[in-house]
Amino acid sequence: MTEAHSIVPSDELPAVHTAPGREVAVELVGVHKWYGEFHVLKDINLRVKRGERIVICGPSGSGKSTMIRCINRLEEHQQGSIVVDGVELTNDLKRIDEIRREVGMCFQHFNLFPHLTILENCTLAPIWVRKMPKKDAEELAMHFLKKVKIPEQANKYPGQLSGGQQQRVAIARALCMKPKIMLFDEPTSALDPEMVKEVLETMVSLAEEGMTMLCVTHEMGFARQVANRVIFMDAGQIIEANEPNAFFSNPQHERTKLFLSQILH
Amino acid sequence: MSLTFDDGTFIRSEMQTPLPPPGRNVGAIGWMRENLFSSITNTVLTLAGIALVVWILPPLLRFLFIDAVWTGNNRDACLGAEVGACWPFIKAKFAQLIYGFYPADQRWRVNLVFLIGAVLLVPLLVLSWPHKRLNSFLFFVAYPILAFILLTGGNISASNFLLGHFGLLRAVAGDAAVAGLQFGFWLDFVITAALCVAVAYLIGRLAAGSGRGAATMTAYVFAGFGILTFLWDVDFGLERVETRQWGGLLVTLVIAVTGIVTSMPLGIALALGRRSKMPIVRLLSVIFIEFWRGVPLITVLFFATYMLPLFLPVGVNPDGLLRALVGVALFTAAYIAEVVRGGLQAIPKGQYEGAMAMGLTWSQMMRLIILPQALTLVIPSIVNSFISLFKDTTLVLIVSIFDFLGQLRAAFTDPNWATPVTLYTGFAFAGIVYFLFCFGMSRYSLFVERRLNTSHRH
Repeated sequence: MTEAHSIVPSDELPAVHTAPGREVAVELVGVHKWYGEFHVLKDINLRVKRGERIVICGPSGSGKSTMIRCINRLEEHQQGSIVVDGVELTNDLKRIDEIRREVGMCFQHFNLFPHLTILENCTLAPIWVRKMPKKDAEELAMHFLKKVKIPEQANKYPGQLSGGQQQRVAIARALCMKPKIMLFDEPTSALDPEMVKEVLETMVSLAEEGMTMLCVTHEMGFARQVANRVIFMDAGQIIEANEPNAFFSNPQHERTKLFLSQILH
Repeated sequence: MSLTFDDGTFIRSEMQTPLPPPGRNVGAIGWMRENLFSSITNTVLTLAGIALVVWILPPLLRFLFIDAVWTGNNRDACLGAEVGACWPFIKAKFAQLIYGFYPADQRWRVNLVFLIGAVLLVPLLVLSWPHKRLNSFLFFVAYPILAFILLTGGNISASNFLLGHFGLLRAVAGDAAVAGLQFGFWLDFVITAALCVAVAYLIGRLAAGSGRGAATMTAYVFAGFGILTFLWDVDFGLERVETRQWGGLLVTLVIAVTGIVTSMPLGIALALGRRSKMPIVRLLSVIFIEFWRGVPLITVLFFATYMLPLFLPVGVNPDGLLRALVGVALFTAAYIAEVVRGGLQAIPKGQYEGAMAMGLTWSQMMRLIILPQALTLVIPSIVNSFISLFKDTTLVLIVSIFDFLGQLRAAFTDPNWATPVTLYTGFAFAGIVYFLFCFGMSRYSLFVERRLNTSHRH
């Protein structure tokens, strides 16, 4: 197996941090979802502890994106319960907003706002959702832009940045809300090969700080390096979940073996 | 530098530096070669275009300037065989074209309204001018109230409000006036406002769990309406000028500006309503839009002017210009709504998701993320609608409101100026005036479009 991308060494990844009481960050119990007649999610049960880093992989159409999009209600589930940070997701808009404030998300296509500068992209939510004064929000945004190593681009527009830079801005933008949980929906799939590394480095450094992360990705090098658990999904269900070493070296399910043999060569 | 392609391998020894483009394509000659004479078809079209200009322009210039009559007091000046435009006619009728039958000694009020409007509009249009918030408030809130008072004279006699129509309060309050204000009216107003706030609270409570928002909103609406009525009720000592006496460019601008300013927010609201997830809101929006789009403007104006009074209770007879204004505004709003909907549909789903994932509420998402992008996309179409509205204002002529063109046609009937060229001169002048306004809007929209286009800025 060839490691697609060598990432900064990270021997000092913190162990899963378990504070008493609220050690569960996300819990999905018996979650089902249908798109019309099509059953996309079938009986999903998943518990993510605080500080845990989960990588979700699987073929396209397996429901992995749908699952993490259910966690911040970009998709609605029809059966079962989803509890995020101690709050159960219902139709109550207040609860949804409460959860979205605590859950950051990065998308495959970045979804930056093209009519706003990088800085404005980052300060928008702190100012309007957290009601932060503009100056504080800008300081916070510059802090995170420095962290993702592009403070010099702050006054440019998203259209002027490369894909990798845009995705790092998207990460900084999500971090500006000081989220407790970060969701990544194939953050590197739309990037040129040369840019994947810079985004993964940012994600690794985030993991090193103990952020609770759920990543849908096919970057198996990343999964090996930072994941506590790798989850393999197919046909709307979780097929196999294991810690990365065991998952890659000794997959149990036939479907997992087939999938791994296709993507690792 | 020697390159060999024979052996199939190549390793670059030094990177090439960028060179300036070859001189053929730069400069005036390069530009002409590229754009005017690049092919046979292009050359033929260029020559045909030049021929057309040569054919049209000289006679036009001769009519408008060279052969034109510039001085004179009546038709005698403009009679003759080879006479061009009769400008003294325009000069003699100029005041009428601008003010209509607005009393001559009161025309300073119109001038003041034009002046204040221009002074407030210019900094609003210059995008880099600071204090946009204050400026918008002055132009969109204070200016209309001021213009209304100046143009009509204000001092509307507010005597009946909702309950008064049912004869409920007159008995209690009588016609007592306190400090020039109708006591009965304001008592009525306050009671009605309180009732409406209570109803809003109940509805909000039942529908959304908390009625506070709805109640506050209703209270604000009533407070605003109260201030408005109060201001309009004050006697500023201005002579009352009926809208029947208004005319000319004044009416054209009043209809166009009111139409533009009111149809825009209404159109946006309708577009959002049409894309709403709430079926009743969606249905009402669709019905509204399709109704107004399905009816010609002339029908709307006719209906508003001649048929609406038949359906209204006796004594209720809204002003003729007001009815035309409402008709034009609603009509345009339906078109704007469809244009804005087009813009909304062009915004990728990811923008909505990005905004929602950050915890923005629906109204924040629309206001800060979606609408700015959607409206920027449809600026050309919106301005298209506005230009069309501006020109359609001439249709109010059929309901006996004399706008700019109406006044012009009235001026044609003056026997003092009956010459063979009067008609041509008048229409040429009208054409120039309408063109200036429409061309101005068009150029401004291009400027804004380029200014706001940040998505592809490199």
